[in-house]
Amino acid sequence: MFVPFFLELRKAKVPVSLMEYLTLLEVMAKGLAEYDVEKFYYLSRATLVKDERNIDKFDRVFGQVFKGLEGNLDGVESSAALIPEEWLKKLAERHLTPEEMAQIQSLGGFEKLMETLKKRLEEQKERHQGGSKWIGTAGTSPFGAYGYNPEGIRIGQDRSRHRRAVKVWDKREFKNYDDSVEIGTRTIKVALRRLRRFAREGAATELDLPGTIRATAHQGGLLDLKMRPERHNKVKVLLLLDVGGSMDDHVRLVEELFSAARGEFKHFEHFYFHNCPYEALWKDNRRREGDIVPTHQVLRTFGPDWKLVMVGDASMSPYEIAYAGGAVEHWNEEAGSVWMHRLADAYPSLAWINPVPKSSWSYTSSIGMIERLTEGRMFPLTLEGLDLAMQNLNR
Amino acid sequence: MSRFQGTDSYVATEDLRVAVNAAITLERPLLIKGEPGTGKTVLAREVANALGRDLIEWHIKSTTKAQQGLYEYDAVSRLRDSQLGESKVHDISNYIKRGKLWEAFEAPKPPVLLIDEIDKADIEFPNDLLLELDRMEFHVYETGQSVSAKVRPAVIITSNNEKELPDAFLRRCFFHYIRFPDPDTMAAIVEVHYPGIKKTLLSEALSMFFEVREVPGLKKKPSTSELLDWIKLLLAEDMTPGQLKERDAKNILPPLHGALLKNEQDVHMFERLAFLSRRDGR
Ligand SMILES: Nc1ncnc2c1ncn2[C@@H]1O[C@H](COP(=O)(O)OP(=O)(O)OP(=O)(O)O)[C@@H](O)[C@H]1O
Ligand SMILES: [Mg+2]
Repeated sequence: MFVPFFLELRKAKVPVSLMEYLTLLEVMAKGLAEYDVEKFYYLSRATLVKDERNIDKFDRVFGQVFKGLEGNLDGVESSAALIPEEWLKKLAERHLTPEEMAQIQSLGGFEKLMETLKKRLEEQKERHQGGSKWIGTAGTSPFGAYGYNPEGIRIGQDRSRHRRAVKVWDKREFKNYDDSVEIGTRTIKVALRRLRRFAREGAATELDLPGTIRATAHQGGLLDLKMRPERHNKVKVLLLLDVGGSMDDHVRLVEELFSAARGEFKHFEHFYFHNCPYEALWKDNRRREGDIVPTHQVLRTFGPDWKLVMVGDASMSPYEIAYAGGAVEHWNEEAGSVWMHRLADAYPSLAWINPVPKSSWSYTSSIGMIERLTEGRMFPLTLEGLDLAMQNLNR
Repeated sequence: MSRFQGTDSYVATEDLRVAVNAAITLERPLLIKGEPGTGKTVLAREVANALGRDLIEWHIKSTTKAQQGLYEYDAVSRLRDSQLGESKVHDISNYIKRGKLWEAFEAPKPPVLLIDEIDKADIEFPNDLLLELDRMEFHVYETGQSVSAKVRPAVIITSNNEKELPDAFLRRCFFHYIRFPDPDTMAAIVEVHYPGIKKTLLSEALSMFFEVREVPGLKKKPSTSELLDWIKLLLAEDMTPGQLKERDAKNILPPLHGALLKNEQDVHMFERLAFLSRRDGR
């Protein structure tokens, strides 16, 4: 029945739980899909996906599991339903959380689960006699022991069969919401909200002492407690940006992102470097000559409670990191790695955000070098990467 | 049971209708997300209207606590009354203030309960309401009374994505994300607000609106509300489709743009674009 669908979703990292799966069965039992494929798609989406970032993954799985659903109803049977029990059981064990497995155990184990499913399915069958069937009746079943027959899913009547050239789920309208894709202008707002969230912690209330005294005095000595929301922007951010390379656009995006969120931070400072930080940083990315700030001074000025965020593609010649004199634009007395060590020592909370897609990191050896120098705290410029970076900084 | 089909003042696309009806039928909360101005908040009112139910609105702020939805015990007033020797001080129920959930649970007819912008509150807020929304009952410790819903209200919850919501909470909800309306849907939305609007004016205004939204680098893209305001002005000024279209390089900003572009910087950017296109002699 829908079990393979459920398992495929979990395999595709859509976090569906058993509870939601049972809800879907319940929804189907109530006849809400009205034998309409599109309605079934919307229903299962509203039931199983709780985050727009996962809708695209859901669409892909849906398209694959219910392949041929509109054109040729027989196709469904071969693709979705005929899965041997053992395999299913193993899959379930692998894909269900320990919590859910325990829940199943308390319900009387896996057999019990299958029985529950079967009962639900049979209720459906009774309700929908005639017309098209959700559950088939013919054929032999690999689930024989449980006595129900997942011959396949038959959804849809003629009216939906020819209705649309492109199936809704094949349109992939939610592609831009998937946060494993790179942050762009469309996702920057979401990224900003995440960043703001990072800057805040729970909004507790605290006693407003001066307010209470004032109000109590005003009441002629009768106690009048006043509360106020706690102030909570404690975060200090030091942002170092690599400019002057092919990734400038992306770097600027991160810069905009942090500047837009700066109101949420207690303090916010930013400096620029080129490729790798050395003895000097600068304040204005256009006038690299003037405006130079010695890196030592930065280290002295901003204490270890600042969170260091570095942004750059970390793509350069290994000499630029490993050797004195290796820098491309000037003579550096000390190697870039020495400066990276100093920064890492000075700022226990550190993250390097890299706009290069993570899948290509291994092709550039300098990326690996910088990643090691940050002790593995390099994150891709995706919403997910940004989240991880922020979580890391909040540790 | 009656199904929600949208109303004559609200355009509901099929995916939204399906989600609303699933939530109502199974009596579980419906979580609605979407870009600003996509009709998340008004949905609850429309559902209430369509189904002939009352609407109870609970607007969440950053300081709102879950407990306030159930009830609040005003210990401070009671303390004060006791200092003043008031007699009502002996009955604690005089100091129990009912919250929106209580109101919704006790309503004789199942109402629609809107919990608007749940993401504004503390991260713990949704978790604190789990049990109450699940069982639709709670206990008032001060009076020993127990409040439970005679009939389960329909619950619609909106979020603007400012905070991640806890998994346990999400598992209990149906979910729908309202995408920004496509031009056809948008035309339908404008038509429910301004029935009888001339087709030519509408399509000219819409293509201009979507063009403006496409301009890269806008700080605040105009949304449905801005479009509706703008069209109201166009209608008030009796603007013809021809006048609307009459834009040359010198006048790249749409007429009465103030309703569409609320951000000073965005207006400047348009002016800069106008300057550039003039310079390029287009
Ligand atoms: N589908 C629709 N049909 C009719 N009117 C709509 C629709 N969508 C939006 N509107 C109109 O757009 C305006 C904004 O709607 P609403 O306030 O509900 O948006 P929202 O999603 O809650 O926005 P926010 O995120 O800013 O709170 C309202 O005037 C509403 O009437
Ligand atoms: Mg709203």
